[in-house]
Amino acid sequence: MAATKTRSSSFSRNISVAPTSQVPGLKYGPNGTIFVSSGIPDLDKILGGGFSLGSLVMVMEDTEAPHHMLLLRNFMSQGLVHNQPLLYASPSREPRAFLGTLPNPILSKDDKSREHDIEQEKGLRIAWQYRKYFGEHQQNFEGQKDGKPEYCNDFDLRKPLERHFLSGQHIDCISLQGSQNLATFRDRCSAFLAQLPRFDGNITSAGRITIQSFCAPQCEYSNMEWEMLSFIRSLKSMVRSSNAVAVITFPPSLVSPSIAKRWQHLADTLLSVRAIPDEDKELANLLTGYQDMVGLLNVHKVARLNTQVPVILEATTFSMKLKKRRSLVLECLNQAPIDGSSGSSYGTSGGCSGSSKTGRLDF
Amino acid sequence: MDRSLNLLDEALGLDNGDSNPSETRLLLLIEDCVETSASFVLHHLIKRSLSPHSSALVVFVAFAQPFSHYDRILRKMGCNLVVQRDNKRFLFLDMLTLECPDGDGEKTCKGGLLDLYGKIQKAVEVSVLTGGTRSITIMIDDISLMEVAANGSSNHVLDFLHYCQTLTTEFGCSLVFLNHKDIYSSMERSTLILQMEYLAEVIIRAEPLATGLAPDVHGQLTVMNKGICDGPQTLQTKMCNFHFRIKENCVEYFYPGSRT
Repeated sequence: MAATKTRSSSFSRNISVAPTSQVPGLKYGPNGTIFVSSGIPDLDKILGGGFSLGSLVMVMEDTEAPHHMLLLRNFMSQGLVHNQPLLYASPSREPRAFLGTLPNPILSKDDKSREHDIEQEKGLRIAWQYRKYFGEHQQNFEGQKDGKPEYCNDFDLRKPLERHFLSGQHIDCISLQGSQNLATFRDRCSAFLAQLPRFDGNITSAGRITIQSFCAPQCEYSNMEWEMLSFIRSLKSMVRSSNAVAVITFPPSLVSPSIAKRWQHLADTLLSVRAIPDEDKELANLLTGYQDMVGLLNVHKVARLNTQVPVILEATTFSMKLKKRRSLVLECLNQAPIDGSSGSSYGTSGGCSGSSKTGRLDF
Repeated sequence: MDRSLNLLDEALGLDNGDSNPSETRLLLLIEDCVETSASFVLHHLIKRSLSPHSSALVVFVAFAQPFSHYDRILRKMGCNLVVQRDNKRFLFLDMLTLECPDGDGEKTCKGGLLDLYGKIQKAVEVSVLTGGTRSITIMIDDISLMEVAANGSSNHVLDFLHYCQTLTTEFGCSLVFLNHKDIYSSMERSTLILQMEYLAEVIIRAEPLATGLAPDVHGQLTVMNKGICDGPQTLQTKMCNFHFRIKENCVEYFYPGSRT
């Protein structure tokens, strides 16, 4: 035991030293991974930087609520703002119409929401000597603010995305309704990914594949469970060897439980969204800020490419809120300690070395 | 010698060094679930087999992750897979894109897996002819994805695994399979997992803690060593349970509550 303890690695990569990407919308992460933003600043923070290139993200839908669309919209908008190729597939007849509902980024000039945060922070009366560190930290996360596009934007869900983002780009929209099998769809995906081969040295752009409600019953293949699995598997291997991220949302209740488990295993990053009922007295008593919440987001699994160390988050459930009814924020749940207290007492006393944020990076 | 013995090696009965006969002719089954991945056990076993003291050959059939992923991880653990591959001690079979098309049904589906078996068999035979009596380990990193590749016909996968088992008796290979236990928990009676568990001499099961995951305890391992190869006097199943914490270059194992 002691021997293994002392043998901690002497070389750990310092992320802040790693070269910042010249290409907007890409960020270098640990273990040779490259992140693209999910379009939600808080989700990027939770996941340790964003979605890593080459990973497959799966979102388990709430069958009764469209909360997964919030994630998809921000993800797609962020890609378009960064001028990244996009492939969007959905079970609707007119998938291109969905592009009209994408949110517009809030310009950093009239970015009141960030100001608001700092405003709140002022209540703490930060000494002026330390204020520069504060700003630096923000700057670090936001990426280059001046002139160049940011790594991650805040989006205004009420304003549609400006037209010039939608025109003159590579946007591929596919309706999943007509096709009888997945072979043609797979070909479209591989053709899309063929433009984005994996270069380890010089990355120019990253692609985004978004598939909404993959196993929806209006698709004719929706009863062919093994074909769908095999499609996801081949999509995953294609994405792994290209500079792209694929996000698939699916209603897990529509496939049999064992198949749904297989889907979850296939995902590199696994999220789930859930609506919260409007008038739930018990929940309202349990959670603070219940009125502002629109739903809950669960992080089940975080991608670990090129590493064996799992990402253990401090919290796995987050509340989705709409700040000022326009931008999506995720917050830790402030709940009465029921599960949490027993969990920490089980881990032996004093063994809790630091927070998960440091634990993820030092080894 | 900095290779410290850990609880996992002890539980596997590997603590007597590499030339231990109990290391060969072994079917080792690793089971995990969505919450806790057990791939680190595979990494550990690769590193052990490729240690400089032995001349063992590892045939690695990858369904889950590409070579670069394993290369990076093993490099951090102090084992260079590229060098080992050039030395012909590590054979990596990339099956990420293996497809057994459903068009012609049974024949092609079986064909893909038969080809794979042919490759493995050839590698083993060549190694036995040239390398003499060195030990050979065949690892498959995700049986459930093999099922997907075979389009859901677990019978073909079972056939394949049985073929692989004949190699253990014929050439003295050991097999290491990883599968996801929770996939089958909702099934009525899954032949695949039941048969594999029956055939395995050692079952390693990775689970999350009942109380959830913590930064310093990443889960627990249950090792069931049926211990049949030890001889008739120790026929009872040996079972160990301990916690683990995964780091980049090693994994810490400890008994519950023994951590300060």
